[in-house]
Amino acid sequence: MRYFQKAMRRSHFPISYTGGMSPHMVMSFAAPLGIGITSEGEYMDIGLTRSIEPEEAIHLLNGAMTEGIQISSFCILDESEKSGMALVAAADYLIRFSQESKIPSGWMDRWTDFMAQQVCFVTKETKAEKREINIRPLVYRWSLPRDLTDSDGGHMIFLRTAAGSRNNLKPELVMAAFYRFADIPFTEDDIRVHRLEIYKETMENGRMRLTALDGSKRNWTEESLS
Amino acid sequence: MNGDHFMRKLALSERVLMSVEKPARYIGNELNAVMKDKDDVKVRFVMCFPDVYEIGMSHLGIQILYHMFNEMEDVWCERVYSPWPDLDKIMRRENIPLFALESQDPVRDFDFLGITLQYEMCYTNILQILDLSRIPLFSNERGENDPIVIGGGPCAYNPEPIADFFDLFYIGEGEVMYRKLLDVYESSRENHLTRREFLEKAAAVPGIYVPSLYEVTYHEDGTIEDFSPKKDTVPGRIRKQAVMDLSDAVYPMKPIVPFIRATQDRVVLELQRGCIRGCRFCQAGYIYRPVRERSLETLESFGGKMLANTGYDEITLSSLSSSDYRNLGEIVDFLREDCMEGRINIELPSLRIDAFALRVMEKIQDVHKGSLTFAPEAGTQRMRDVINKGLTEEDILNGAEKAFHSGWNKVKLYFMLGLPTEQNEDVLGIPQLAGKIAELYYQIPKEERQGRCTINTSTSFFIPKPFTPFQWSRMISEEECCEKAGEVREAFRKETRWKNLKYQYHSPDVSVLEGIFARGDRKLSALLLTAYRKGCIFDAWTECFNKAGWDEAIKETGISVSFYNRERRLDEKLPWDFIDIGVTKEHMLREWKKALEGCVTPNCREKCAGCGAAVFGGGVCFEGKN
Repeated sequence: MRYFQKAMRRSHFPISYTGGMSPHMVMSFAAPLGIGITSEGEYMDIGLTRSIEPEEAIHLLNGAMTEGIQISSFCILDESEKSGMALVAAADYLIRFSQESKIPSGWMDRWTDFMAQQVCFVTKETKAEKREINIRPLVYRWSLPRDLTDSDGGHMIFLRTAAGSRNNLKPELVMAAFYRFADIPFTEDDIRVHRLEIYKETMENGRMRLTALDGSKRNWTEESLS
Repeated sequence: MNGDHFMRKLALSERVLMSVEKPARYIGNELNAVMKDKDDVKVRFVMCFPDVYEIGMSHLGIQILYHMFNEMEDVWCERVYSPWPDLDKIMRRENIPLFALESQDPVRDFDFLGITLQYEMCYTNILQILDLSRIPLFSNERGENDPIVIGGGPCAYNPEPIADFFDLFYIGEGEVMYRKLLDVYESSRENHLTRREFLEKAAAVPGIYVPSLYEVTYHEDGTIEDFSPKKDTVPGRIRKQAVMDLSDAVYPMKPIVPFIRATQDRVVLELQRGCIRGCRFCQAGYIYRPVRERSLETLESFGGKMLANTGYDEITLSSLSSSDYRNLGEIVDFLREDCMEGRINIELPSLRIDAFALRVMEKIQDVHKGSLTFAPEAGTQRMRDVINKGLTEEDILNGAEKAFHSGWNKVKLYFMLGLPTEQNEDVLGIPQLAGKIAELYYQIPKEERQGRCTINTSTSFFIPKPFTPFQWSRMISEEECCEKAGEVREAFRKETRWKNLKYQYHSPDVSVLEGIFARGDRKLSALLLTAYRKGCIFDAWTECFNKAGWDEAIKETGISVSFYNRERRLDEKLPWDFIDIGVTKEHMLREWKKALEGCVTPNCREKCAGCGAAVFGGGVCFEGKN
């Protein structure tokens, strides 16, 4: 948050401030990203003091970015639209195995079996109680893209899971469940997660559709991954 | 933008980064970090703050020198900080050499390793840095390809306890002589001189101390018999270096902005150096004499540029005694009115609490959140006179009263225990004063009060420091420290307003160790090494301080704590006598005698005391003499 606040100031971006005793920038992130996770699909909502063309906004902010972070799109929301965080419904991830992981070759068949299950229970602990939750329905889509491999030639897993305030399924939880299913000891160190996109739900022709948070029709599919 | 710069290869693998706390400490690439091509420069310098990244990044000195070196076309300066114990363990186990942040190259590949010495309890971390870099710990074991290890900063004014580990020390302010030193280095390399030959040439550069070129001998009682150069070309005394025109000196317009939160995470504007007050316990006030101010225009220009180049919205105005900066009101007004549409947060520590200060603070501080800080340092007027801290009880109570009327309800108080000539009534004066302040608050009509008041009192244990009038004083023992703190705590509990009073004190054991090293000699290198080998590092951190390790090390090396913390004889040769800071030993002696009689000395602007700092030809000594 502070990183982007400073970038706003350096670039003299027309960002608006809240009122009251201690004004702060009108800025929020759609879905926080954990340490160690990379991403190419993160979203941030801001308030503006004046209208600005998307190209100008992107150019201004990218002039204040450090290596490795880039603004890729900018769109103005309708007055009626809710903020990013409230809209989040799903997210896409690419998961690969780290060099140190002991995942056996042939894991892909086990994965297919794992995903063929109708139910997959994990224990969710809160202060009040321990609950068993069926996470399988929260995996909206998955694939093992044939033509996509990491730098060591290993295959990756594409996952689309529920995200946001109603239902949130972290990919690490899915992987932990998979390792349990395959009877292999799991540490979070075994996997590297890369977020591809964050989606909201929109009504289109009477059907619920997933659209990227910036409204673009971008929708990761098997074809687009390869 | 470095559009053509491919993402650098990091020294630590993904796996290691993911397994340590705050991996951003070790990846560099921060905004305003300087990237150069190592083949384009003649000298590679790595600056080290021997503590963890967040502490090191808060230090202004490194930002100044980093900027200064990188402005030189033939030099590339990078940074390194102490790996936290979790990474330290991994680096030893997996043989990962310590690396600089910008290039991620091993420290061992550099020409110079500069280590800033801000406090004695970071000394074991110096050995950690050398060890993890695979540089031989002792300077006399280093080869032609090892970096030149140079130390600077306040502790360099008594470098003797760590002299065996350094090739060079730079005494004084870094802005002055580094260009000359690097010129000597470059010409030595061009002429294929050996390491030893270079060091001998370096000794001729003003302000540079080469420990290996001096011989120390001791009397039977352990005090110094003789300290002298081994060669004629090596100076017998070394004068500290001082920047005489601060307004013209280098300053970082583009400070590095860390990704994670540093302890001081804002723009720092240094108003001035030195102090006119002459408080007798304060080493910084003396070693940075004479007071030299930065001009208002310079500060205004710097402030604007630094904010624009970083995107910070917070700025600290820094100096030893900011109330004495003659344009304080103006610089505060400028920052408030002309910077960032007034959305800037200004921190202004080191203020004497008077009507003027309160007016300034009201403008800049959210009165409901902040606390007011007083540093009386001693509980009675007599004791305050001994230490020459001019603050009277009336000043404190008046200041507090005005502040309470303006809406403040939190006060911080700083004191020392163990000061020279301290009596029991001085000790008990501390809770009494705190109690009086709390009482004042409740004398204000209820309607005017904003909730409860909290008075936070903190005591440290007095440590005699070199180059102060108290450098001859004894330091109290660990038992005495515990006793006094216990008395204070008991007395606080008995105060009427005890519910509003909080009290904490520094660790006696760490304080005693600091005392040993502050006035130590070369014999202490064995103690430091032994403690380090027993695993002592990050000694300034409560969670890491290894008392058992230090106790064992003291026992094994036979070092006598009481020898180092004793009162010194007036005719004794002190380990730091060979350094000339301008202020004379005679002046210190006069002040020590006045202290014992409880006499105060006026400040530099009230009446010149002839301390000797005038030898530098500028600053407050010559104000109004044009």
